[in-house]
Amino acid sequence: MRTSGWIQLAFYVVALALITKPMGLYLLRVLDANGKTWLDPLLRPLERITYRLMGVKSDQEHDWKQYTVAMLLFSLVSCLFTYAILRLQHLLPLNPQGLGALTPHLAFNTAVSFTTNTNWQSYVGETTMSYLSQMVALTIHNFASAAVGIALAAALVRGIARHSARTLGNFWVDLVRLTYYLLLPICVVFAGVLVSQGMIQNFKPYTKAKLVEPYKISVEKKNDKGETVLGADGKPVMEGQTVDEQVIVQGPMASQVAIKMLGTNGGGYANANAAHPFENPTPLSNFLQMLSIFSIGSGLTYYLGRMTKNQAHGWAVWSAMTILFLAGVLACWWAESAGNSIHQHLGVAAADGNMEGKEVRFGIFNSALFATITTDASCGAVNSMHDSFTALGGLVPLFNIQLGEIIFGGVGAGLYGMLVFVVLAVFIAGLMVGRTPEYLGKKIEAYDVKMAMLSLLVLCLSILGFAAWASVSQWGLAGLNNNGPHGLSEMLYAFSSGTGNNGSAFAGLTTNTPWYNTTLGLAMLIGRFLMIVPIMALAGSLARKKIAPASTGTFPVSGGTFVVLLLGTVLLIGALNFLPVIALGPIVEHFLTLQGKLF
Amino acid sequence: MKTFFSEIRGAVMATLILAVVCCGLYPLVVFGIAQVCFPAKANGSLIVEKDGTIRGSELLGQNFAAEKYFHPRPSAAGNGYDATSSGGSNLGPTSQKLNDAIKDRVDAYRKENGMKETDAVPADAVTASGSGLDPHISLRNAELQTARVAKARQLDAAKVRALIQQNTDAPDMGFLGEPGVNVLKLNLALDRL
Repeated sequence: MRTSGWIQLAFYVVALALITKPMGLYLLRVLDANGKTWLDPLLRPLERITYRLMGVKSDQEHDWKQYTVAMLLFSLVSCLFTYAILRLQHLLPLNPQGLGALTPHLAFNTAVSFTTNTNWQSYVGETTMSYLSQMVALTIHNFASAAVGIALAAALVRGIARHSARTLGNFWVDLVRLTYYLLLPICVVFAGVLVSQGMIQNFKPYTKAKLVEPYKISVEKKNDKGETVLGADGKPVMEGQTVDEQVIVQGPMASQVAIKMLGTNGGGYANANAAHPFENPTPLSNFLQMLSIFSIGSGLTYYLGRMTKNQAHGWAVWSAMTILFLAGVLACWWAESAGNSIHQHLGVAAADGNMEGKEVRFGIFNSALFATITTDASCGAVNSMHDSFTALGGLVPLFNIQLGEIIFGGVGAGLYGMLVFVVLAVFIAGLMVGRTPEYLGKKIEAYDVKMAMLSLLVLCLSILGFAAWASVSQWGLAGLNNNGPHGLSEMLYAFSSGTGNNGSAFAGLTTNTPWYNTTLGLAMLIGRFLMIVPIMALAGSLARKKIAPASTGTFPVSGGTFVVLLLGTVLLIGALNFLPVIALGPIVEHFLTLQGKLF
Repeated sequence: MKTFFSEIRGAVMATLILAVVCCGLYPLVVFGIAQVCFPAKANGSLIVEKDGTIRGSELLGQNFAAEKYFHPRPSAAGNGYDATSSGGSNLGPTSQKLNDAIKDRVDAYRKENGMKETDAVPADAVTASGSGLDPHISLRNAELQTARVAKARQLDAAKVRALIQQNTDAPDMGFLGEPGVNVLKLNLALDRL
């Protein structure tokens, strides 16, 4: 844990704190249907035409049920749109590599994955997706699922802020305004900056480069039909082949990567995601990508403070998130710096830490920082391979996801996830002192607590249920890349990531099979929509309540006591749900590593 | 029911409009900016020789095995530095396979570079990167290979060190990230001597 790491960490936290207020103030204008921004002259006309084409009356607000139905319908239609493109890829234009259609289960998995802001990728981008699929079928969800997430968070915040009210805003207005005024303008600038660092943005076919030093490989011999030729011993016949060129991937990468980060989608253009030198060329591009992941989630805490007229509450939520974030970074950074004692016995320099799956330009610190950020938020982009982290280093991203990605979190999803914990925290505080729990002057009643608990239990059930099923099934074990406890971690991580709509992976697991694609697709749907519906019900219930004036007995939702209580609630629920299974995976693996046991 | 159908219309139109704006206009605007402001970078930072031959990309590593070249990190991308199948080994900390591979690489690295049995080997030299296309090696790794390359090319080690320095990418703004030596650029510079 060198000094340079501490400096970079301090720089990151300060930068994040500094952008929180401006982002929050801007969100306030975007999320107000009549809010004014300096982009109005350019975008107002486009906004009006959009409403007209959609047949939306922008001055009519939705109640919680109408808001939820509109959101579900939009998700369904856009998901089918993507499914259709992926299945028809071979017939559609912008496919210079002549790539074929996706299988039904892979297309289902991918369409659901992008619709739910998960961006789990069972495929290899470079050899599966045409430019059209990348640009349209996938990128549309990078915008739409991000806007939907923020819209839902805004609806919940309105529910908390309003009283004796029925409506929570207009879903279509939120969707359009967030896309036009927030996501698109930032992405244009951000993508330009990324290209300046070396990211590609073109429509050329892949480039062939002549290698400086050609080399020989041995490959399985194929006959004319492309079948492997078997020798007398039944094993494939090997033949030498000289590789003298490198095929360099091209395409519209920067435009997709900008929104993948800002919208916490995380789906990589290339298979290696943000570890790929094109997709993350320099430490500066890496820093900006990490900052963009948290930017909207952080701004939303300020938005919460403004809307509820209790800025200290907004900052208290921000502080709780930052404390959990720092704890994760430090644990992961420490574990990765310490490295793997098994490899150190073989002669690997101990001071270098665990470099398997990491890039030289990022080093240990930026890999650990990125891994923590991408799983605190529901981003899921990776700049190093989490599967090759040390046991404890890999535990941090896994546990971050299992906590519900409420540490700044996915755009919108982080805030509404955290607010569920806030409701539970004030409920627990109320029980402890024997008073009716209140949140910002509103009584928290049985119905509200039921909805909050429901949204949490759904996640726990999906993660543990599917992971348990996979670990005792042939289809589950067939995909493993590692044996021993690490194999369990791979499956557990996959279903945590799917349910949590994260999208990062212990990527050794082969999931492009009918069983995995289908079960992971279901986990993603459950994790997104079965969590959202109870939360929207909670929003509707909160909006209807009257506000009681604060008295001396009111529990304050700002300050140190509240932050500690909130942290306690998050950690207690996370630990109760997941500690047993984590003990069987990463924790056992840690002790086996210390003993030098191999699988 | 009437409102339900109007909501479906909203959903369909929203999908189509967003597809046009976010997936048509937006990438084209970025494409325009990129091609006007940073054409070389937007097209892959290609290294093109005077006769037009493309030798690779400044950002992507390549395989090197000859004594006279600096060697990159081990790669898990395809058969090694296959730029169409980027990725890491994804082998975990207790993997027998990873353990065996590292053992072989440590032995080979020590032998190639005339190191003692007890000398520690830089971690980046014996582990695969996340992308399998890492263009860099660490400064220590480059230093340990210098004597071998200088000998194979009958060059003064000081001259090789000067080239290493020229092809080292320093941390951004002086403190972001880690320094690394760009292996492809370094080897091309050596060939040009």
